[in-house]
Amino acid sequence: MAAEPWQTAEIPGPKKALVITKPEVVAAMIKRAKRPVFVVGHKAAEIDFDGGKLIDFIIEFSKKSGIPVVATAHMIGEFTKRGFKPAAFMPAVDIGNRLVDPDWAGVDGKGQHDLALFVGLYYYMEWTILSGLKHFAQHLKTISLDNVYHPHASWSFPNLSHEEWVKNLKVIMEKV
Amino acid sequence: MKTGLGLIKNLELSIGRIVEEAWAEPMGPTPFPSLTALREWDMKLLQRYKPFYLPFCDVCCLCTFGKCDLTGNKRGACGINMAAQQSRIVLLACCIGAATHTGHARHLVEHLIENYGRRMPLDVGGLNIQVEAPVTRLVCGVKPETLGDLEEILDYVETQVTHCLSVCHTGQEGSNLDFESKVFHVGMLDHVGMEVADIAQIAAYGFPKADPDAPLVDLGFGTVNVEKPVILCIGHNVVPSVGIIDYMKENGLDGEIEVCGLCCTAHDITRYYKRGKIIGPISWQLRFIRSGVPDVVVLDEQCIRTDSFYEAQRIKAPVIVASEKNCMGLPNRTNDPADAIVEDLVSGKIPGALILDPEKVGEVAVKVALRVAPLRKKFKAIPEVDEVLQKAKECRQCGDCRRACPQDLHIPEAMKAAMEGSLAKLSDLYDLCVGCGRCEEACPVGLQIHSFIVKAGEKKLKEETYKVRAGRGPIQDVEIRNVGSPIVLGEIPGVIAFVGCANYPKGGIEVAEMCREFASRRYIVVTSGCAAMTAGMYKNEEGKTPYEEFTGEFTAGCMVNVGSCVANAHIAGAAIKIANIFAKRNLRANYEEIADYILNRVGAVGVAWGAYSQKAASIAAGFWRLGVPVIVGPHGIKYRRMLLGRADHEEDWYVYDARTGEKVYVGPAPEHLFYAAETKEEAMVMIAKLCMRPNDTTKGRAIKLTHYIDLHKRLYGTMPEDIHRFVRTIADIPVTMKDEIIKILEEKGWKETIIPDPTLLPRLIRKRKE
Repeated sequence: MAAEPWQTAEIPGPKKALVITKPEVVAAMIKRAKRPVFVVGHKAAEIDFDGGKLIDFIIEFSKKSGIPVVATAHMIGEFTKRGFKPAAFMPAVDIGNRLVDPDWAGVDGKGQHDLALFVGLYYYMEWTILSGLKHFAQHLKTISLDNVYHPHASWSFPNLSHEEWVKNLKVIMEKV
Repeated sequence: MKTGLGLIKNLELSIGRIVEEAWAEPMGPTPFPSLTALREWDMKLLQRYKPFYLPFCDVCCLCTFGKCDLTGNKRGACGINMAAQQSRIVLLACCIGAATHTGHARHLVEHLIENYGRRMPLDVGGLNIQVEAPVTRLVCGVKPETLGDLEEILDYVETQVTHCLSVCHTGQEGSNLDFESKVFHVGMLDHVGMEVADIAQIAAYGFPKADPDAPLVDLGFGTVNVEKPVILCIGHNVVPSVGIIDYMKENGLDGEIEVCGLCCTAHDITRYYKRGKIIGPISWQLRFIRSGVPDVVVLDEQCIRTDSFYEAQRIKAPVIVASEKNCMGLPNRTNDPADAIVEDLVSGKIPGALILDPEKVGEVAVKVALRVAPLRKKFKAIPEVDEVLQKAKECRQCGDCRRACPQDLHIPEAMKAAMEGSLAKLSDLYDLCVGCGRCEEACPVGLQIHSFIVKAGEKKLKEETYKVRAGRGPIQDVEIRNVGSPIVLGEIPGVIAFVGCANYPKGGIEVAEMCREFASRRYIVVTSGCAAMTAGMYKNEEGKTPYEEFTGEFTAGCMVNVGSCVANAHIAGAAIKIANIFAKRNLRANYEEIADYILNRVGAVGVAWGAYSQKAASIAAGFWRLGVPVIVGPHGIKYRRMLLGRADHEEDWYVYDARTGEKVYVGPAPEHLFYAAETKEEAMVMIAKLCMRPNDTTKGRAIKLTHYIDLHKRLYGTMPEDIHRFVRTIADIPVTMKDEIIKILEEKGWKETIIPDPTLLPRLIRKRKE
């Protein structure tokens, strides 16, 4: 499926994200990953999702999949309010910086991650961080779970309607 | 030479500048440093604050070998890899920024020498300022005393910037870290250029001279008397505006015409002329021109929208361009009689003119404004409400406007509401819009979306009446003496400089809120440029702006506007003067030692919440080399790389104890050197954290920890997880939180350490341990 970056002028280079056409593929990648991590930006607390907020879905997702969550910006407070303890909280640039370091011990101290899921950052912050990872973290696969195409991820949804996006994420939740 | 004594053949005599050595301080190790003179210092910083690259583009397209695909750190046809390429582009950006300030300085100095002579003394604060040019003294090792002395300094800066620009050429440099070192070098040069520009104009134009009580001046669209002819000046170089104001005064027209400004030239107008008005930051350009208020638009240089000439034509306002750097394709009328140019502009024979003589700009602008104003009747380019509602029906809801918007504003929803008869959602966007106009360029049916937003927010626009303190210039030596001790000991918790452009993530209100928060907490809050204006566009419950609420003196709990972008040098200068005046460290060409002092002892942080320009990049680079961390807003991540410390790498946080030579762990203080925050909340917590320094006393550290923890609890809802990294002794713990923190320290296996006399420079160790 052809995909265009959400922000008009963010023209990707030779290597672009593969488009997630079937959410089952994402679920399979997550299951295959040995050390996945989920990076959650501040917009997760603002975006409506299926009667709640996106953060509520992420909490459920993390609980079901066992994937540790890194809360960026002030998101730790939003998670705490909901009775959920993320594995770590740190600025978005910090988690990006640690993910490029093959020797980083990961959020649990057991070693570097091999898959990073991203959601809820400003589009331009996410694209730049994903770009940093694409170029300098060869050990890492990245997946954007936003409803917009992120050209610098390894895998990304295309630009989706809200309804389509909700449906897709629910399928991933079911399958992990 | 033939004299009574004889004839000497082939003797050449040349008389150049005679250097009178009037500065008793011994020369330091690095006068007029070359590209590599401070490389070791840079590498010390870069070892701790390693670049994290965030490539903005996957390819290099600078030469005809390419385009080259650098994906995955591959090397291109010239051999460069992605890391070096990103640093190279940062260097290029910083060279542009430094060249811009330095070019501005050169123009000012040449012009002022022509008008006032080389011997005009550089008085920037009388007896209150003995160290009149701290950055220049530190970098160059010279003490400028007159306007003429500034030429030699600019010669040096221009030469070095040219060398650094040449490093960006294909095949000049291969190491990303060497590119980074040169980025620091250019940043340092930029501060010299800025300092030269500002002290020259302060001295010559009689701007406030280090004045804590600089007057409060008008800010905002609503402060302009639209009944009068209005001249709008845009840019950064005040020279043409001075021509306008002088002509008005000389011809008894003072008060008859409104002179207002956008961007930094507005600051400098109000430093020269109390009746001048500041409309707002750079992002107000489109909305103010389209409002139809300006009768004449005068453009000087830098940060001018390059479509401003086109926009001015839409409201039938004649344009005068007054800089060689910004000719806008207009005919050069500099040598024509003023009245002939006036006739041509008033009659509409020409829509604009290039006039490179600032006095002539003044005469022409004033005469044209007086004659054009009654004819124009404030012709607007912003549609009326009915037209907005009607036009909105043409919206196809394609979403291209939103995808083009850097803020990802929900424009289609607002347009949909407008189609249904409500402007409420468009009005909501007014506060968030950065005024770039990309939405209009993207719209396939050519809707004037930005104008619609402005129309919807018109009531707010017209109510914009605020006060900002006119740029005061440098900080007095006595103020530095008064605050030096509490800053260095950590009892004043930090010096925070809110600087930069107006590319804010969620509107300008966040800048004002941050300023207010930290001034209330008795930090020293300093502002400049567009950020200084934005910080004033806020009123508390008593109707006071932060400049009315807090003192203009450089002290705990202040709100100090130093001035325009070039006045940023005074912020670096204040940090340098703390080391020099308070701590009595030699200043002259002693860069490493002073920077080492600032890094380890002066809790200063720069915040550029809306940084977007190349000048902002070079300003930040100048602060980095001095050891001052800079936080940018989320858009700042597009500067292509961050300089981030790793708190989890204990080995990165050792310093020498200058008393013994022993290496001592001091914790990640400051943790980062360049850092993009995602949200205001994150920025505020990080500001408090980055103010911590190894040299803080126990009392000072306790105060800084109190603010850090308090903000963390309020904005994050939790305790910070890294308190153990900042507590050196039990006495560091804030008394009110003692039990809670001791428990955390025990859980983390914390061990007490000493508070050293910190330095990264082995040569400063006084007595080596055997």
